[in-house]
Amino acid sequence: MSDTAQIEIPQGPAIKAKLGKDDWIMRSFIGIIVIYLIIALAFPLYAMLSKAFSTFHYDLTQFEFQVSNEEGKFDGSIFSASRLNDEVSAYAPEELVTGSGGRLAATKFFPDYSFRSPVLYKVRGTSDDAVFVVGSERKVGTEWREADSNLFRKVVFLPVKSSGFGNFTRYFSTPSLVRSIQNSLVISAVSTIITVTLAFGFAYSLNRSCMRFKGIFRLIAMIPILVPSLLPGIALVYLFGNQGILKAVMMGESIYGPYGIIAGSVFFTFPHAMLIITTALAISDARLYEAAVSLRASRWKTFWTVTIPGARYGLISAAFVVFNLVITDFGLPKVIGGQFNMLAVDIYKQVIGQQNFEMGAVVSVVLLVPAMLAFTMDRMVQRKQVALLSARSVVYEPKPNNRFDWGCLAYCSLVAVFILGILGICQYAALIKFWPYDLSLSLKNYAFDLMDGGGWAAYRNSIKLALLTAFFGTIVVFIGAYMVEKTQGFKVGRGIFQFLAMLPMAIPGMVLGLAYIFFFNNPANPLYFIYGTMAILVLCTVTHFYTVSHLTAVTALKQMDNEFESVASSLKQPFYKLFARVTVPVCLPAILDISIYLFVNAMTTVSAVVFLYSTNTALASIAVLNMDDAGDIAPAAAMGMMIFYTNVVARLVHTAVSRGVLQRTQKWRAR
Amino acid sequence: MLPKTIKTIVAGLLLGATTLVQAQAAELTVYTAVEAEDLARYAETFNKDHPDIKINWVRDSTGIITAKLLAEKNNPQADVIWGLAATSLLLMKTEGMLEAYAPKGVENLDPKFVDKSSPPTWTGMDAWVASVCYNTVEAGKAGLTPPASWKDLTKPEYKGHVIMPNPNSSGTGFLDVSSWLQMFGEEGGWAYMDGLHENIARYTHSGSKPCKLAAAGEIPIGVSFAFRGAKSKAAGAPLEIIVPSEGVGWDMEATAIVAGTDDLEAAKTLVDWTITKKANEMYNTGYAVVAYPGVAKPVEHFPTNLLEKMIDNDFEFAANNRASILAEWQKRYDSKSEPK
Repeated sequence: MSDTAQIEIPQGPAIKAKLGKDDWIMRSFIGIIVIYLIIALAFPLYAMLSKAFSTFHYDLTQFEFQVSNEEGKFDGSIFSASRLNDEVSAYAPEELVTGSGGRLAATKFFPDYSFRSPVLYKVRGTSDDAVFVVGSERKVGTEWREADSNLFRKVVFLPVKSSGFGNFTRYFSTPSLVRSIQNSLVISAVSTIITVTLAFGFAYSLNRSCMRFKGIFRLIAMIPILVPSLLPGIALVYLFGNQGILKAVMMGESIYGPYGIIAGSVFFTFPHAMLIITTALAISDARLYEAAVSLRASRWKTFWTVTIPGARYGLISAAFVVFNLVITDFGLPKVIGGQFNMLAVDIYKQVIGQQNFEMGAVVSVVLLVPAMLAFTMDRMVQRKQVALLSARSVVYEPKPNNRFDWGCLAYCSLVAVFILGILGICQYAALIKFWPYDLSLSLKNYAFDLMDGGGWAAYRNSIKLALLTAFFGTIVVFIGAYMVEKTQGFKVGRGIFQFLAMLPMAIPGMVLGLAYIFFFNNPANPLYFIYGTMAILVLCTVTHFYTVSHLTAVTALKQMDNEFESVASSLKQPFYKLFARVTVPVCLPAILDISIYLFVNAMTTVSAVVFLYSTNTALASIAVLNMDDAGDIAPAAAMGMMIFYTNVVARLVHTAVSRGVLQRTQKWRAR
Repeated sequence: MLPKTIKTIVAGLLLGATTLVQAQAAELTVYTAVEAEDLARYAETFNKDHPDIKINWVRDSTGIITAKLLAEKNNPQADVIWGLAATSLLLMKTEGMLEAYAPKGVENLDPKFVDKSSPPTWTGMDAWVASVCYNTVEAGKAGLTPPASWKDLTKPEYKGHVIMPNPNSSGTGFLDVSSWLQMFGEEGGWAYMDGLHENIARYTHSGSKPCKLAAAGEIPIGVSFAFRGAKSKAAGAPLEIIVPSEGVGWDMEATAIVAGTDDLEAAKTLVDWTITKKANEMYNTGYAVVAYPGVAKPVEHFPTNLLEKMIDNDFEFAANNRASILAEWQKRYDSKSEPK
């Protein structure tokens, strides 16, 4: 565009629609929920990032020595530790960067040091904030402290806090940590390929065959959503561990490691992939198949030229979702990973095992990269998927074909046996008295109160958390989605909102949980009081599962024409009346779906809450983790199955309520 | 319906009553890593002597409680730590987080169980001692002979049959590593672990898991602690608890007052009580080795020679070198099975 082409128009006042009372109310609602998302998401993430850059290093200029001669006489000359280090290069620069728990031995500055020698040493700090330790005595300040040779070996310096890339340098120079990146990527990629292939076969059978029992298979395929990802890990131990009933299948290989992680990942990601691919296959256009038949294309050719391209966005999307689930999952590799390190487990090990919060934050940042990438790709692909649907599409109806249908049935049965087998073995193991020496049945493993992990109280807490999350989460999510969908104008606010609402899906649970520690466990934070309470667990869980709930609500709201709002305002009805009398009743099925989604996930989540629970708010899913950790594997299986049954009951209640609601409020849908 | 005035009076009385109760009772927030099943008993026994002090427990595993305390360094929430590994308390001592206090009667304790500073910052309660859990049934199936020493565990016959806790996440794992470094010297210790590493099936996150896995026959030999082994044996596992001949590492559960507590007097009362003979008798129910000499009665299934095999543990060495030992360990062993 060239300048000359522009025509000068006198600047008039910008035309702006006058904002009514309704608009202001709606905008303030958006504002409130944006503030909520900033507090529950943006600030904690920022706190985590700054933690990753907060380093500890030894400031050698802070310390000075005096050394006596063999008779124990000091001649008064003072050596600075940094000068000594320059001379004898006791420590390389990278050795001076450390974590908060680091300690630096003073003896290394003296190459001829021996703990038997009669030489005496004096040490002091050069400033009032220099800290060193003699044995376990903490010494602060500039006073000289004398030590004989034997005591001098107990002199260690404490690091000071600073900021920079030191933690990242340390991370990338520690091979065992860096290897986790590759491990995580490989495991996630392999699991993705297997899961998507298996789920495609399953979805294909459901959509394109006339086999029997489709409804039952659909139900069975959804089961893994109802259990924590730890449970398949426990089941695999009983199936393929050294005392497992199918141990021979492993042919000497260990289930603890990549094989176990992949098998378990396939189990818990299967329903996610299956759902996405089913949707993709369901929208295929039957006219293309008719064309293929009339062009005499073989079934094989049709499959590759029509079916696969038609479902390609679904397949890609499923792949990214599965990849993301596997790489961010923590429970499964923790249980069955053995020595095979994965990024999410590294975060846990750094924080809980070594109290190295800074390194935990660094691993979190590293884990964020693939998770964010997978998420972005998925969003891009999903946007394209919608464009495939055209108004003239005709729904494909499968025709009976005996051989094919039986094949599908056999295949689906195999998958169903795998899924049910995992659950069955857990329930069986939970009822065994002492595996493998006393196989009589008992309820001993349900005496949770006698074990680590929180006991039955943990189970009650989980139900409480799930109910609270479902209740508050649904309200926040649905109101937020309504305001952002139905507000006119206010582009900036809505843009920020949309972005924040999509963000949680890209944030791994471990990362969110750790970020919450950094942000909320800080006395300067006015919200500090919620730390260690049920409130922070609810806040964290709602935020963690915000995106999918939000998308469900938006989809439902998009089905409602904006003219409802116009009509309401021309009838001089405030928007909240419309919201309560029309929008909510119409969207009730979606609202119930959001509640059950939040409920089930709050029951099974481990990663986001593992850093946040306290003694009084221990959770069932965490109890599974901790009991397995302590070696009480059978009780862990028992608790895992309790979560499963609870979720089944919740599902049944949901179905019953939905049916009742549909009959009462959705009559208009039927003609 | 009650008249309004009566309601107000009742409410006022109730309010008065609660404030009265609060005025009498001190409350202490006590952080602990003691087994969940023992906590109620500990508080009950204490309250028999001091009904006016209420204990609010915050309990978790050693690693998590330590992390929690360190995270709250500048704004401590705990008044007293009762039952946490001494190595963790030493770490906190060097961070200046503990209040030095000599509890009444501290001179009665075995000096091994009292901080060397004067006044001491922490006092020990009981010791948990490393041991090897050996599943006789599974070992028999695999044709193994019982090991008698740590060095025996490096023999090729045990390849893949030994499991131990990862010192990076487990206190028990760390006390093993630190004891080997103290017994065999720095070089000898690492050389020993290089050999042992060849036989390790995998490293677990927690210290009790190796013994429970041995009890379940998953892996025949678990490096764990004696207390756990005795419990599993009592539950019917075909276990033998082996005390390696070179000596065994140990750590103690200890007690300290957190600097900056709101109620120093109540905290002192509690800590005074925790070192009494009565308290030590209470610890003895689960732990064979306690701080008060002459109290300990044998615990069922506990190896008898355990006390004499405990090494002279240098806790300061363990605490001050913890970070570098763990870094070195991680560098050498923390990627045991790589994809083939």
